[in-house]
Amino acid sequence: MGFAFTIAIRFLREGRFQSLLIIVGVAAGVAVVTYVSALIDGLQGNTIRRTLGTQAHIVVKPFEEKSVPSLVARPGELVARDIQPRAQRPRSIDNWRSLATEIAATPGIVAVTPIASGAGLAIRGEASRSVAMIGIELDGYDRIVSLREKIIKGVARVAPGEAMIGQQLAEDLGVSIGERIVLRTGGDAADTFTVSAIFDLGNRDLNRRNVYITLKSAQSLFNIPGGATNIYATVTELFSADQTAALLKQRTGADIESWMESNAQLLSALDAQTISTRLIRGFTTLVAMLGIASVLVVSVVQKRKEIGILRAMGATRAQMTRVFLMQGGIVGLVGSVLGVVLAKLLLWAFSMFVLGSDGKPLFMTELPLDLAVIVTLVATLCGVLAAAAPARSVAKLDPAQAIRI
Amino acid sequence: MSERAELLRMSRVCKSYGVGTPVETEVLHSVDLVIGQGEFVALIGPSGSGKSTLLNIIGLLEPMSSGDYLLEGRSVANLSDTELTRCRGDTLGFVFQFHHLLPAFTALENVMMPALIRAGRFSDADRQYGLSLLDRVGLKAAAGKKPGELSGGMQQRVAIARALARGSPLVLADEPTGNLDTQSADEVFALMRQFNRDEGTTFLIVTHDPRLAQRCDRIIELVDGRVRPPTDVHDTAVSKA
Repeated sequence: MGFAFTIAIRFLREGRFQSLLIIVGVAAGVAVVTYVSALIDGLQGNTIRRTLGTQAHIVVKPFEEKSVPSLVARPGELVARDIQPRAQRPRSIDNWRSLATEIAATPGIVAVTPIASGAGLAIRGEASRSVAMIGIELDGYDRIVSLREKIIKGVARVAPGEAMIGQQLAEDLGVSIGERIVLRTGGDAADTFTVSAIFDLGNRDLNRRNVYITLKSAQSLFNIPGGATNIYATVTELFSADQTAALLKQRTGADIESWMESNAQLLSALDAQTISTRLIRGFTTLVAMLGIASVLVVSVVQKRKEIGILRAMGATRAQMTRVFLMQGGIVGLVGSVLGVVLAKLLLWAFSMFVLGSDGKPLFMTELPLDLAVIVTLVATLCGVLAAAAPARSVAKLDPAQAIRI
Repeated sequence: MSERAELLRMSRVCKSYGVGTPVETEVLHSVDLVIGQGEFVALIGPSGSGKSTLLNIIGLLEPMSSGDYLLEGRSVANLSDTELTRCRGDTLGFVFQFHHLLPAFTALENVMMPALIRAGRFSDADRQYGLSLLDRVGLKAAAGKKPGELSGGMQQRVAIARALARGSPLVLADEPTGNLDTQSADEVFALMRQFNRDEGTTFLIVTHDPRLAQRCDRIIELVDGRVRPPTDVHDTAVSKA
């Protein structure tokens, strides 16, 4: 290998301008591939993070109440009927405790927590707003949506008689920490709560709508003593949540949905983006490889005499072939290292100059080390592959003829 | 010369080009040739007589069409390409008319190139040996220069040092002085003579220059792809005297 490497380096250095051009070409290609990959990964990661920031990966719902026809048609009879769907009131999931235990014991599930939630009004004096009252066990819920991180005022705590409300709701109702609000359900149940914390979920609508209280308070407000309207769970593998949900559904017979089903549109948009990214990557790689190949094809012609003389001095066909494969590999390696550095600069520029309305970067864009390593390895391998055809023509070169020219 | 050990023996070697096509031409017709170890031989003949083809076959750069060729007692007819290449690297050194040094490497690196091909790296021993060879061709001071910075005669001296770098018993030189001025040509010829005398290296020199050929031990003349009956230069010289 020492021979191939030494000769390859010298040949590349000898063809200065030519080598420089193709290395810059490879660097540009690698920069585009790396930059686009990192950007799209960042964008998708950000989108998913935002979407799942306030959502559980897997949600167990109570069965819907169905209208059952009271009159069944007997053979030979027709029944004219109009069945209307039933209004869905807050209901508890049957046997939710044993179901939660079973879900928690399933491989791939990280955290499980019960929820008792329903709609209602938050009232303070003259002002009232419609809200979603969510009864939680704070520790369990926090493992699913990291609520504690999102508290901006007060203490993350839901004791009986306390509520955590969003920033916008606090503004709308004009309340701050320690002040009281009344929460009233669609029925006539109502209770007074002290605001213990104000949060920012990163979404104005949710900040206006979500009100967190204890599970017990919610159970009594919605008249489902000891019940849970939903079970939230998180999984280790985000993108196999649908499989986990399907498995659980099959095993327990409960109505279980994953975030992938409730966000199907988002997922298909992300898929389309991923496919476009792959196309860009594929074509850029192809162009860079063709560039390497064409430069090496020319180089083989230019270096015929030298190849011939090296063959005359005892270099084997295989050795000369390796010289050219090595050149392709070196171009790929050097070009990709430069390209990764360039991509890093581009990403830095993106995070410096492309800012959201709040003056912060739109989303985190960084170059993961594993992406850099993979890009470099793939580019080096592609360089070697691109050199395959020129290297084959070197092997076919007749030394006697090569020297004579 | 009968007491010399045999270095190479060719018997009934033929070479045809374009075999199987309407323009098939035989350029070498049943060539018989014996060269002993330590000989200093000139190969002469008009253009198109097959000199270069014969040299390429001797140099294992081209296969012969038929016949037998023993190099150091070993038949090369059925060797694979890799075996031929190894044999070439171990046994043969080349000096070409147009120098054919590698322009990207210094004079010293060119001399060390056969070692790089064999060992994959330049060792200190190779460096010392390369420098001593350059010293012997009077170019120690030019060791770090690239071929482009050297005159034609100097380049050819580097090429001779390189041909000897692996201690090859046979050096094949194709018009080594062909594009040098008389003085440089004499220097290059003297060098080859010196190595022949000091190291016992065998030289086969293809040349157009009768003045040069006369100064060799033996002349092999090729006419229309056949070897003329041998003449001994010194016998001729003696009979002239």
